[in-house]
Amino acid sequence: MSALPPTGAERLIQCLEREGVEYIFGLSGGAAMPIFDALVDSNIKLIMVRHEQGATHMADGYARATGKPGVVLVTSGPGATNTVTGLLTALMDSVPIIVLCGQTVSPMLGKDAFQEADVTGITYPVVKHSYLVKDGADIPRVTREAFYIASTGRPGPVLIDLPKDVTQGPCEAPFVDDVELPGYRVPSRADPDDIAAAAELLKSAKRPLLYVGNGAVISGAGKAIITLAERLRAPIVNTLLGKGAADETHPLHLGMLGMHGTAYANKAVVDCDLIMSIGARWDDRITGKLDEFCVDAVKIHVDVDPSEFNKMVPLDLAIHGDARLVVEDLLPMIEPGDTEAWLAQCDEWRRKYPLKYPKQGGLRAQHVLDRLHALTLGNAVIATDVGQHQMWAAQFCLSTTNRNWLSSGGAGTMGYGFPAAIGAQFGQPNKEVWSVSGDGGFQMTQAELATAAIHKLPVKCLIINNNYLGMVRQWQELFYDNRYSGVDLEGNPDFVKLAQAYGIQAWRIKRPADVDRILKLAHAYNEGPCVVVAEVVKEDNVFPMIPAGAAIKDMLIEKPRVRMEKPTGST
Amino acid sequence: MAAPALRPMPASEKTGIHTISLFVHDRPGVLVRVALVFARRGYNIESLVVSPSAAGGFSRMTMTCSGDPATLDQIIRQLAKLVDVVSAIDHTGDQSYETEIALIKLDVQDDDRTQVLQVAEHFNAKVVDYAQTSIVLRVYGGSEKLDALINLLRAYGISELVRSGKILMARGGSET
Repeated sequence: MSALPPTGAERLIQCLEREGVEYIFGLSGGAAMPIFDALVDSNIKLIMVRHEQGATHMADGYARATGKPGVVLVTSGPGATNTVTGLLTALMDSVPIIVLCGQTVSPMLGKDAFQEADVTGITYPVVKHSYLVKDGADIPRVTREAFYIASTGRPGPVLIDLPKDVTQGPCEAPFVDDVELPGYRVPSRADPDDIAAAAELLKSAKRPLLYVGNGAVISGAGKAIITLAERLRAPIVNTLLGKGAADETHPLHLGMLGMHGTAYANKAVVDCDLIMSIGARWDDRITGKLDEFCVDAVKIHVDVDPSEFNKMVPLDLAIHGDARLVVEDLLPMIEPGDTEAWLAQCDEWRRKYPLKYPKQGGLRAQHVLDRLHALTLGNAVIATDVGQHQMWAAQFCLSTTNRNWLSSGGAGTMGYGFPAAIGAQFGQPNKEVWSVSGDGGFQMTQAELATAAIHKLPVKCLIINNNYLGMVRQWQELFYDNRYSGVDLEGNPDFVKLAQAYGIQAWRIKRPADVDRILKLAHAYNEGPCVVVAEVVKEDNVFPMIPAGAAIKDMLIEKPRVRMEKPTGST
Repeated sequence: MAAPALRPMPASEKTGIHTISLFVHDRPGVLVRVALVFARRGYNIESLVVSPSAAGGFSRMTMTCSGDPATLDQIIRQLAKLVDVVSAIDHTGDQSYETEIALIKLDVQDDDRTQVLQVAEHFNAKVVDYAQTSIVLRVYGGSEKLDALINLLRAYGISELVRSGKILMARGGSET
């Protein structure tokens, strides 16, 4: 008897194996059954989740922690629509994920078949690219293109919609190695004239500042950036997503800039005479009021995506290329600058306006995160959720290693942190991985406790519980006359008991004196996942703060005594 | 110092109606992806012509729209970024050859007929359908010429109007 040809689903799985896929994060369903069936005979490990959104954030966390694309497999209709938030999260933060969706059989497309949704249509605005595969023979080409597009240039999510007749039918199409995409260009080295122009501008700057973003993380530009900073004698600041690209504990590093950045980083932004973005896109969280942002400073922007040039601020020089290659090309042309006065000024700001928090008056999130940093020293992967705890973690948990900091920046997706930590732990089994969540965001994807438990993943989940949606509450306190609306999380479960219900080890921190002891217990616990619930003071505020749409110079170092006008900027 | 690696965009020349030419990979969904770049920013596409190109597997899109120059510059960069878009060029203000076709149906009474035909002749419009109570004119040329003719004919009762939308080709060795 001659061997049967492979099915489309089997061919697809073979293609994924050729791409080096180790894990697929997924949830099954009718239209995806041929693909799940083909996985039974594959070495690729299926990580079954409890909700498709969790799968997308796991793939995202895996991708951010390893640099390799994360893969998601879901069924049609609601299975696919549940990935939309994860796609947006990955698109906004340039994360390579591949989402494979089952789809109804192709003759039923557009006929309101059971669990049919126009998935390519629904997802157009949240993907880098997408495919609806109508012919099984396209599977090898589409898969190769999807991985290539997701992981090169400015990375991003790619969706492949796979009708069940296509995955169930035969597919003998050969594997594809080379892609032919005439509309897709991946830049590498920049124009040497632009590099020379940058060197010239840097040479004449008295108060240069390197502004480092996610592009530097993605291209691995950190070492080159540190060398550049040392040669120029220029300080570094990074965005929320740029954390870890260049060691934040380096003496020239001023930490995070922007809305909740350090005061000294933001003061450096206000006073610099040259600001050079290395893979950062002048986001509204960074610039504040655009009309007053670095008005007199020379602005250089290095980006792999030319659509970012001049989008937010008018540039003096745009350098189109990969961040690491651009900085490396620049290094031989750099002459040491006379910046000692500038560095002394930055150090004075650092001394004068340190990050601080009250040591009395109950347990503070800042205290817990400060001690978490003291315990892990930037060597652990930290995945955060979104809100106050995220900003405090960004302030206190300095990142020393590339790809150790995972956070939803552009989309600000609550529910991201815990599943992202699970994905990161799969990708980095030998690293210590912590998720830091608030009580609000954690509940959005807490069903993945089961996923962590069944795989005995040693991921550590810190929940900062203030029984509020704290960031919105902070805004209501500062700008809306304390009129709290939709922020009280009355009805929260006992998170320790919740973890225990999944068979997960859990501890509670109630007093400042408990912090070190319990963090150390969690640090040492490797039998499986564990949960640490820090019951922190209910009402606390993140400072420094630049209200949305305000100028950076109007940064609040502490709570203002006068009533504030409502912010004019975006959210 | 070398000029920034950006397309020069003198604001004075690039305001008003823009004509953008796209060379796209002929794949399902490409039109939606292009349209969404405009729709997301609340921009209206005023005319759109899609047709096969000289190269098999690729199409040519010619579109016109109006808006502020900075947003349109961003729109063109976002169009160029689409995987299926090979090139996106704003031809506004350059010396490209542009043309458009219109079909105009008029409900004409006997006493107006002669005047309508005189106007048509002046604009090189051809009568392509001649019926008891209506005539259909076909005219091609620059959009301004078509606008002028249509404005003149409104007095005689235009019952239907179809315009192809502008098409364009760069002159000489320039890329469209």
